Amino acid sequence: MIELKNLHKSFNEHKVLDDLTLDIKKGTTAVIIGRSGCGKSVLLKHIFGILRPDKGEVIVDGQRICTLNEKELNAVRMKMGMVFQGGALFDSLTVGENVGFGLIEHNNIPRIELLERIEESLCLVGLCGIDNLMPAELSGGMRKRVALARALCIKPQLILYDEPTTGVDPITADSINDLIKDLHDKLKVTSVVVTHDMKSAYKVADNIAMLYQGKIIAEGTPEQIQQTKHPVVHQFINGLATGPITETLEQFR
Amino acid sequence: MSIPTRFFISLGRHIITFLYFLGGLSNLSLKAVYLTFTPPYKKDRIIEQAQKAGYESFPIVSLVAIFIGFIFALQTAYFMQRIGSEIYIASLVALSVVRELGPVITALVVAGRVGASITAELGSMQVTEQIDALETLATNPVKYLVVPRFVALTIMVPVLTIYANAVGILGSYLICVYKLGISPGMYLKVTTEALAYKDLFTGLFKSVVFGMVIALVSCYEGFNVEGGAEGVGRATTRSVVTTFIMILAADCFFTALFYFIFP
Repeated sequence: MIELKNLHKSFNEHKVLDDLTLDIKKGTTAVIIGRSGCGKSVLLKHIFGILRPDKGEVIVDGQRICTLNEKELNAVRMKMGMVFQGGALFDSLTVGENVGFGLIEHNNIPRIELLERIEESLCLVGLCGIDNLMPAELSGGMRKRVALARALCIKPQLILYDEPTTGVDPITADSINDLIKDLHDKLKVTSVVVTHDMKSAYKVADNIAMLYQGKIIAEGTPEQIQQTKHPVVHQFINGLATGPITETLEQFR
Repeated sequence: MSIPTRFFISLGRHIITFLYFLGGLSNLSLKAVYLTFTPPYKKDRIIEQAQKAGYESFPIVSLVAIFIGFIFALQTAYFMQRIGSEIYIASLVALSVVRELGPVITALVVAGRVGASITAELGSMQVTEQIDALETLATNPVKYLVVPRFVALTIMVPVLTIYANAVGILGSYLICVYKLGISPGMYLKVTTEALAYKDLFTGLFKSVVFGMVIALVSCYEGFNVEGGAEGVGRATTRSVVTTFIMILAADCFFTALFYFIFP
């Protein structure tokens, strides 16, 4: 479904992605783990074509993202949904308008069907009947779920999650994990989850890949990752303060 | 590093930043103009923005314009009374307001009131990833956010200017008629005699340009916010300052141009 080939991306001479290669198969849930600020969100924006790589290729559903014009790119985007870290709900619109945004803007579907689709998406994330509220009236966990409903409303084949469990309480976090798993099982969507919450990673992943210094340094099933001998991965998944990751940071100081 | 070296390095950096700004602004302008004329046209969003930017600016524009009328009449009266030609206050006020003060004062008020709010709004959207979210929903942010504001301001600034011209002349009329004892009929006659169509045209032409400048600069600054709430604040200040400078520079340019084209 997604192929990333030798991606390079720098911001102001700071290398964020450095020869990154990753393959994500149709119908699987891939989790990308890594420290905050290591380029995970940048990676997701490449898949969506919001950012363009300096070098390398992004292929989504057989289409090379970098060579598409705006119209073709938008057609690909309508097959994908993205759940942003803070929700990124449009705060001048109601929850219902937010959820139905993609449909309102691009498909001229009748109003009744539109309202049905909005309600259906909101119910999928367990928030039936809140479509008249404004985003400012929602809690952090609800915003994330509304953001997920917005991604679902266009019936995507691929959903990207940017740190879905960050900043919500453990119970909400677990319910979001269940939701991701459910959607994957029920709707057979391909999911890419970017996170540094290992509990969530183990729960939802078919495959885990670790991003470190712009490269994928390890890839495998949750079991393989848990039993890894790789010192960097070992330090990260066990959340140790001392180890190779923090040592390299020391050298920079 | 010696002081001259440092001076030139800093100068060079400022020039590069300025060129980046010009490049980015031109790019956004071209896109905005192109997308304004490509379907689908969303009338509702333009009307919403026209309401916010234009209609809600009427009170403040009225206030500023009437004061300008009062002040301008009194200041010219100070000199005109000395040479005994109070009646020419009417023509002087009419020409200065319609050709110069109306368009510029209106543009500056709108830049401060509406331009700042556009930058702050788009900036917050940028910071909270809402602009990226638009793209993920296959919606062009320039089409969705910039075009309605661009069209609304390009139409509403001239409309506000015509209104400000009228209110400014009214302010001066009140002073002249009730304070300086000029007869109302005489005042209106001198005013209409002084004004030609080209005066109105040059003033309105400038105000169209000012409207575009306000919309484009404030949207550009909003899109390029970096670094959270502080960045939004910085961008808003920069947006207002840049718009003010560009309005005055454009005003100077067009005034000189019209001076030579329509002597």
